[in-house]
Amino acid sequence: MTATTAAPARRSRRRRLDATLIVGIALVAVIVIGAVLVASVGRNFFSPGNIRDILTGMSVLGFVAIGQTLVILCASLDLSVPYVVSLSSLIAADLMAGNPANIPIAVLAVLATAAVIGLANGLIVTKLKVNGFIATLGTGLIIKGYLDTNYKGTSGEVPWAFQVIGATGIGPVPVSTMIMLLVALAAALFLARTRVGNHMFAVGGNEQVARLSGIRTARPLILAHVLCSITAALAGLLLASRLGVGSPTVGIQGGYDLLSIAAVVLGGTLLMGGRGSIWGTIGGVAIFAVVDNVMSVMQVNPFLKDVVRGIVIVAAVAIYTSRSLDRRRPRFTTGATGTTTPDAAHEKEASA
Amino acid sequence: MSAGYDSVAEAAAGRGGVTEAEPVLVAEGLEKSFFGVTVLRGVGLTLRPGEVHGLVGENGAGKSTFMKILAGVYDRDAGTVTLGGNEVAFTHPVEAARAGLATVFQEFNLLPERTVAQNVFLGREPKRGGFVDRKAMVRETRALLDELGIEGVDPDAPVRTLTVAEQQIVEIVKALSVDARVIQMDEPTAALADHEVELLYAIVRRLQARGVAILYVSHRLKEIFDLCDTITVLKDGALVSSGPASELDTDELVRRMVGRPISAYFPGAEEGTELGEPRLVLHGAGNAYVDGIDLELRAGEIVGVAGLQGSGRTELVEALFGIVPFTRGELLLKGRPVHMTSPRQAVKAGIALITEDRKAQGLALNQSVADNALLVIRSVFARRTGEVRRELPGVLSSLEVASRGLDQEVQYLSGGNQQKVVLAKWLATKPRVVLLDEPTRGIDVGAKVAVYTLMRRLAKDGVAILMISSELPEVIGMSDRIVVMHDGRASAELPAMSDEATILSAATGMLRVGEAGHEASGSVAAVGEAVTDAATDADTDEEDDR
Repeated sequence: MTATTAAPARRSRRRRLDATLIVGIALVAVIVIGAVLVASVGRNFFSPGNIRDILTGMSVLGFVAIGQTLVILCASLDLSVPYVVSLSSLIAADLMAGNPANIPIAVLAVLATAAVIGLANGLIVTKLKVNGFIATLGTGLIIKGYLDTNYKGTSGEVPWAFQVIGATGIGPVPVSTMIMLLVALAAALFLARTRVGNHMFAVGGNEQVARLSGIRTARPLILAHVLCSITAALAGLLLASRLGVGSPTVGIQGGYDLLSIAAVVLGGTLLMGGRGSIWGTIGGVAIFAVVDNVMSVMQVNPFLKDVVRGIVIVAAVAIYTSRSLDRRRPRFTTGATGTTTPDAAHEKEASA
Repeated sequence: MSAGYDSVAEAAAGRGGVTEAEPVLVAEGLEKSFFGVTVLRGVGLTLRPGEVHGLVGENGAGKSTFMKILAGVYDRDAGTVTLGGNEVAFTHPVEAARAGLATVFQEFNLLPERTVAQNVFLGREPKRGGFVDRKAMVRETRALLDELGIEGVDPDAPVRTLTVAEQQIVEIVKALSVDARVIQMDEPTAALADHEVELLYAIVRRLQARGVAILYVSHRLKEIFDLCDTITVLKDGALVSSGPASELDTDELVRRMVGRPISAYFPGAEEGTELGEPRLVLHGAGNAYVDGIDLELRAGEIVGVAGLQGSGRTELVEALFGIVPFTRGELLLKGRPVHMTSPRQAVKAGIALITEDRKAQGLALNQSVADNALLVIRSVFARRTGEVRRELPGVLSSLEVASRGLDQEVQYLSGGNQQKVVLAKWLATKPRVVLLDEPTRGIDVGAKVAVYTLMRRLAKDGVAILMISSELPEVIGMSDRIVVMHDGRASAELPAMSDEATILSAATGMLRVGEAGHEASGSVAAVGEAVTDAATDADTDEEDDR
């Protein structure tokens, strides 16, 4: 009896495409269109050099967006990331001061500083109950003020041994991108295979449900903020490695706050939390990188670039929203003229 | 006592007699008051392994409060609870669940985006080598589903893809996964369709066979008699009786639950109320949620709409108000066909809708009384804003709204006063057709009477009124005619003062159009449903208000 009663409901269920899969399809579509456009100006999209350019373009935003994904999954936001990026590049370059022996201590100092900033963000959001948007806007401004008063321009010197990370690659794949993908893999495993990772989905999905299930809801959220600041610091280290110096404006120039949020949302993660994936975010970052690359190769007006980026973001989210609108299950088919005959009604009941 | 157990034991053969078993849970003398209002006074009951114990009572009788005290949602003012021989006082539902007392709340505590297995083990995911053991989660979830005889629920499916009944099953599996000896179920069938209720019955019987004690709260008396060995009746927060189901019949149970004449406070029609011309007529109207609706609403008339939850009552008024427009059939306003496609159009046509969910749909909670009362006028009839604003104090005082002033935020008003603000908002539009969806849900008796009096006054002024209600006494007490919805259709149109049994048989699909008046067989068993659909909803509402 139980089996037969559950069956009709199951048959009528529509399987939706997995959001990450849709991002993958979109990425492939963007690559195909991009390749055709690039070919139309007589260039090869798939040349090793071009592939390397695209992958290089992914790595910095990739780091930031991985952390941002964790924060957004918990239904918070981190707007302080660009300043953490800048601060990290400066701390790294200043402490290294051109001496390879200082690399480990500099990297540790950068990560520790970022962790403290992330912890502060997390505590402000969970303990002081300040909305994540405002909390991180505030901490971001504090860091910005510190940077603006203490640094007039670039500072420090990054030794060659560290610059290599940003400059070398294996075949067309830059080392920095490989590290970014490893971090993404670690983050994906963390979300899927650890309790606290699982609890991030719960806290972002419905804090009340999480609490009633015995989850200490502050912990996943604080940890997400800490990890987000740390991945932003990794982005800062990478930029220091590429530039050879630390820069107080490198983060904000990159627009990593809003671009990372856009990449996360483009990757199918719900801005209100509870649903999303790291690989979707990487897909979103890749879409941005490909679009940017195609427009650079085609020497599009830089202002038009932002127009295209904007269209991509709005279109993507509009598509997700239209798919995920939760409607009530219709009882009758719409649009039919006239009413169902009593016979049909009885048939329907019999089959239910 | 044994007689009662025996009859049920025979019905579900194979179970041992439960009377010999030691009680697994004993609650004694539980008391609780909220801000000086006593909602439980000295209530207790005893649960034995393998027993299904029905807990019944009217709206506000204290059933939900009782369960929530056992579950650790509320703390108690007095009384003791003994679970498995140890005295317990839980402070959190998780603590109770770990001690073997799990609760399936009426509102599901599930994460729609997570899988069945992830939801079942939420907060206590099994670990292996430091990582979450996903295979174990899926395996154990599947084992529990098999144990309940459930097929067709995939432990890896996201919960949002499940039907309501299947989500209910996930909640029950969650309770089972902590190896609960006692499971409380709060209105488990409230959101289920008829065929899904059968599934729940089967699960309850399986749990019973496993020796789990079940405390079953329901307003559907048929279910109580089908499932329960023992029935405890609460009324106004006090224990009326607790004993074997076999000692009760439906009439006796309803008498114990209600204990007073139900229609005492419904005012009669006002002097000079006249039935006027048809204001709103539907011919075979339908959309995705309702179908084949024929309805005539005349000036000066109050038409009640009865039906179970999910029968399409709310969808009917939503269609009339242009929220989810009709796609078939005909809608006539004052004899003219109208294609109502937006609430704005409906408001302009003189229709008002008092929605079911006051807090979410009726009010801007953090805005003032005045802003709320002027909302519709400002947005649709902006030119009349000044005039209405001048009249507002008079309107509010005629409705006896108790507030500190026009600038008080409505969130600080009681449920009844909030509802009056909603009514004031709509009265300002001078509606000719008023649609009321559960107009007295979660408000106190005084405010209820005020709503009823207002309805009578509007009828006298020639307004046509359509009132949805889950409370049958209200439908019977107020309606000039009663339309009963079932499965998206109007299954019957009944005259004023029809009895509850007839309405209920129509609401459950046992009586169809044209059979009105002839009582369908078996309908009597459902009478107690009268004592209402929204009971527990209203309970929680009122508690939230405090």
